[in-house]
Amino acid sequence: MKYESQGIAKLYFIAAIALFVGQILFGVTMGLQYVMGDFLFPEIPFNVARMVHTNLLIVWLLFGFMGSAYFLVPEEAERELYSPMLAKVMFWIFLAAGALTILGYLLVPYARLAELTMNDLLPTMGREFLEQPTITKIGIVIVALAFIFNIGMTILQGRKTVINLVLLTGLVGLAVFFLFSFYNPDNLVLDKYFWWFVVHLWVEGVWELIMASLLAYVLIKVTGVDREVIEKWLYIIIAMALISGLIGTGHHFFWIGAPDYWQWLGSIFSALEPIPFFMMTLFAFNVVNQRRRDHPNKAAVLWALGTAVMAFLGAGVWGFLHTLAPVNFYTHGTQITAAHGHMAFYGAYVMVVLTMISYSMPLMRGQKAANETAQKIEIKSFWTMTLSMVAITLLLTGAGIMQVYLQRYSSDPLPFMVVQDKLATFYWLREVAGLAFLSGLFMYIYSFFAKGKEVEDVE
Amino acid sequence: MRETFTKGMARNIYYGGGVFFFLVLIGLTVDTVNRLPATDNRENLTEQVAEGKRLWEVNNCIGCHTLLGEGAYFAPELANVYTRFGESTEAIKAFIKFRPVDGIEGRRSMPQFNLSDEELEHLAQFLKYVDGIKTARDWPPNVQG
Repeated sequence: MKYESQGIAKLYFIAAIALFVGQILFGVTMGLQYVMGDFLFPEIPFNVARMVHTNLLIVWLLFGFMGSAYFLVPEEAERELYSPMLAKVMFWIFLAAGALTILGYLLVPYARLAELTMNDLLPTMGREFLEQPTITKIGIVIVALAFIFNIGMTILQGRKTVINLVLLTGLVGLAVFFLFSFYNPDNLVLDKYFWWFVVHLWVEGVWELIMASLLAYVLIKVTGVDREVIEKWLYIIIAMALISGLIGTGHHFFWIGAPDYWQWLGSIFSALEPIPFFMMTLFAFNVVNQRRRDHPNKAAVLWALGTAVMAFLGAGVWGFLHTLAPVNFYTHGTQITAAHGHMAFYGAYVMVVLTMISYSMPLMRGQKAANETAQKIEIKSFWTMTLSMVAITLLLTGAGIMQVYLQRYSSDPLPFMVVQDKLATFYWLREVAGLAFLSGLFMYIYSFFAKGKEVEDVE
Repeated sequence: MRETFTKGMARNIYYGGGVFFFLVLIGLTVDTVNRLPATDNRENLTEQVAEGKRLWEVNNCIGCHTLLGEGAYFAPELANVYTRFGESTEAIKAFIKFRPVDGIEGRRSMPQFNLSDEELEHLAQFLKYVDGIKTARDWPPNVQG
């Protein structure tokens, strides 16, 4: 760690991991509710558990992105953070706002929360992933602006590299597109159309810029490969992400009452969306193969390769599986979507944040890399979580294929709940895989505390 | 990558491609918004329907159900529930109204939201309006959603 203010990232990462645990606990709760419908009913109905599960994911990834930026930007800009104080204050504000919102979901009925937070003044609640009370949304905007100001000023007054500029672009895009969450017209088609300007343009747009720049940064650090080479890859990857992903938004417009031409545009462009992820995989393996040194942090290298591969599988391959309009006609809104969502989020965004944490956490704790025992445990946790997620994805895909056949495709379509009963075996096995994931997560956390032989510095 | 393909070229593809396709997206969005009156059933978007949408939102219905295929996959699709329930808003209202407070043993159950008769009417009208949206190929594929 070259600059003292990089250490602020530690706060953000600890919060991120703690919220990650919460997310998975609610995940396995929901998994159980899929097969034991009355579990925790009516205290924590499924919709509340799901809201907590998805909102915690979003919040902890945002903590992860912010922490990553606070670690990366000073080093790339070759100066201390513009205002470490602002970064600390915003951390506590964001944490408090996040915790209060989650408690609100859990402690009072959602309709009551809407009343308490005066949703009527500017109704924005109750849309998938954007369930936060309007006041929380305003808080998110304020935190994001303060954060971007802080990062932006650091870059402006320091060295401008491709990595920190691409990261900044991604973060500004994240903040700008979030503003669409305040637009909630009574017309459902318009509502849905612009809802995707937050959701799609985040995860299949600007977040890819963030992911690619974080990955590029870690790869420079752990391989020692020439920055010029890495920056060229970075540009071409994010170019493909935008070229495919912007019009690729159309794959969400097939069945919501938008014009028919979206079926062509959405199918063609989203069929190209795997390309940037495939290039990311090529990029990561190429660069690691050309490495000029063997970094003692083996775990970080593994996470970096892992995120590239899993993002390609989850976002690229599993996305492509159901993105063509004639296929999506049958699969839209089934467990196929859930399968894709799980692996894509894990592979692309969870793993890239864990890559950054894996690389930077030892440095912030005054080591080059975690000790040998700790790294062994971390690597085990990598495989446990990743293989569990593969299992979850395959099981949900199996459930989805059966669901599509029984409910949508066969000559005698069955009602939704009848079909759900027939999928119970898949859901039970998914729950087992979910618990395995949770055990991997505990192993991951334990790796930070494991004592062992310090790594040899081979440089 | 080969030396003939320079970083400058990669950067230009990024900026050029990004800006170009963003402008295309804006253009298509303007066109889409202009065409929506033909499909989005706005002629039936009454005050009651708008109230119903608000109720749909503040009770987090999307946390279990899908609506036009978007939402959670825990409970049935509701964009065609009006059709599925025999085009009867009364049937929709009765279903919501008589959910058991403590659920059904061992099974998924919709919570009891304690809505007034007026609110039930608004919600049912909202679902009726959604059923009237003209989706491509008349999605969902069949009445089961």
